[in-house]
Amino acid sequence: MNPGAAAISVQGLSKRFRTTQALDGVSLDIQPGEFFGLLGPNGAGKTTLISILAGLTRADAGYAAIMGHEVVRDYRQARRALGVVPQELVYDPFFNVRETLRIQSGYFGLRHNDGWIDEIMHHLDLTPHADKNTQNLSGGMKRRLLVAQALVHKPPVIVLDEPTAGVDVDLRRSLWEFISRLNREGHTVLLTTHYLEEAQALCGRIAMLKAGRIVACDTTRNLLHHANEHCAALRLASAPPAAWTERLQALPDGGWRFNFSDFSELEALLAAVRSAGGQVTEMQLIEADLEDVFTDIMKRA
Amino acid sequence: MNGFLALLYKELLRFWKVAVQTVVAPVVTALLYLLIFSHVLEAHIEVYPGVSYTQFLVPGLVMMSMLQNAFSNSSSSLIQSKLTGNIVFVLLPPLSYLQFFSAYLIAAIVRGLVVGLGVWVVTLGFGTPSVPHPGWLLAFSLLACGLMGALGTMAGIWAEKYDQLAAFQNFLILPLTFLSGVFYSIHSLPAFWQTVSHWNPVFYMIDGFRYAFLGQSDVAPGFGLLVVAGSFVAISALSLLMLKSGYKLRH
Repeated sequence: MNPGAAAISVQGLSKRFRTTQALDGVSLDIQPGEFFGLLGPNGAGKTTLISILAGLTRADAGYAAIMGHEVVRDYRQARRALGVVPQELVYDPFFNVRETLRIQSGYFGLRHNDGWIDEIMHHLDLTPHADKNTQNLSGGMKRRLLVAQALVHKPPVIVLDEPTAGVDVDLRRSLWEFISRLNREGHTVLLTTHYLEEAQALCGRIAMLKAGRIVACDTTRNLLHHANEHCAALRLASAPPAAWTERLQALPDGGWRFNFSDFSELEALLAAVRSAGGQVTEMQLIEADLEDVFTDIMKRA
Repeated sequence: MNGFLALLYKELLRFWKVAVQTVVAPVVTALLYLLIFSHVLEAHIEVYPGVSYTQFLVPGLVMMSMLQNAFSNSSSSLIQSKLTGNIVFVLLPPLSYLQFFSAYLIAAIVRGLVVGLGVWVVTLGFGTPSVPHPGWLLAFSLLACGLMGALGTMAGIWAEKYDQLAAFQNFLILPLTFLSGVFYSIHSLPAFWQTVSHWNPVFYMIDGFRYAFLGQSDVAPGFGLLVVAGSFVAISALSLLMLKSGYKLRH
């Protein structure tokens, strides 16, 4: 590994498929140990970007490297450092779970890998299905097997392309526990997902793609602040002070909605209520979530 | 094991798991050809003096079975992997295009040889000729299966649907094998078709392979081997170029 190299580095990456510009000059650096989210609507270029990193697609222009290894020129080191969970639920119906994992290990030149194979099967609850033919696995089990296959060679960089699409709550939870553990142990994780609450809960940093361009890239915390709007729902014992009525929206349940960008404004409102002899009987803060930020950024981009 | 051995192992295990379809079925087919053609033609045709029609037919059938199965091993494995999408399992690891090609090639050769051996064994009861020239037998078997395995790799990479592969098989492989003198000597053909046959590499495979059994052939086995080896090198080079460029595999 190149010391000091980014886990994933992408500079000016472009790719065109016939009539669509899938990627249009994307630049991005993901540092070792990050849990990074890549968000964007369908067709934004997320899968194209991942495919280029994995060597499944070749870029028209630009540079892409895994742990400092350029993905075409140093493809052996780059692919050894990368584990990809593809979006499509693919499997090879000729083999059972254990054979699949042994063969996959073999492709990476790993001969005695049964200890690690047993461990990943255990963590992904695949052990009871070890001898089952892959075509007899349920959709959730096939997904787990794909995750296991991506991890056979203990890659320092793990890419998950919508791993929880169509997956039940239990698997989602156990999957994220396992991936978070790997992340804590130092693996870099790049995740694409349509479940924004997942990205919000897991990712330290997030990039948003639209039409092949990065339209936002920041820490999850900053992105959430980016909404810059806080909101409180209040219930008052009496009518609000006259000076504030313009800033308050009446809610159907008889309460009031107050939008503000700085908490001092909320303090001022409360002080005004108190000095007018009023009383706050109920108050609830509503924080922006990633979905609001996402919708907002996509609209403006 | 290195990546190449793992891929080879996977390819061998793949056809072995469905051996009824990949080994037994072609052996039965060859046996049916032998029963029918030798029954109908045994009394009427003597291609070479002192050689019965059955003795003439058996080497051709063995070679034809080897060719068809070597081709179908690499081509069907690749098209299945492409259509089901599990081709990514071999595209994501650090396998070189040379390792990729060699694994599919050797698996195709092994399948061809296993089927050929099977056909030879079941024809033993029919007065199958002995093998006075095992060296020629080995050389022609390996190169012919290799050529078809490499061609199958090309076809498997090129085809995007099953019917494209079927077209390749029905309009190229099948005519080339049937029009190669499996069932007759090309010397029985009109001059024009004899000339055409000399442009068919499969003709040289059958003819040279037959020489190993009968010590007689339409052209000198050395020349035949040269043609087959040349074709093998050419098709392999083309197939390697396709893999190196990522044609239809890495977009």
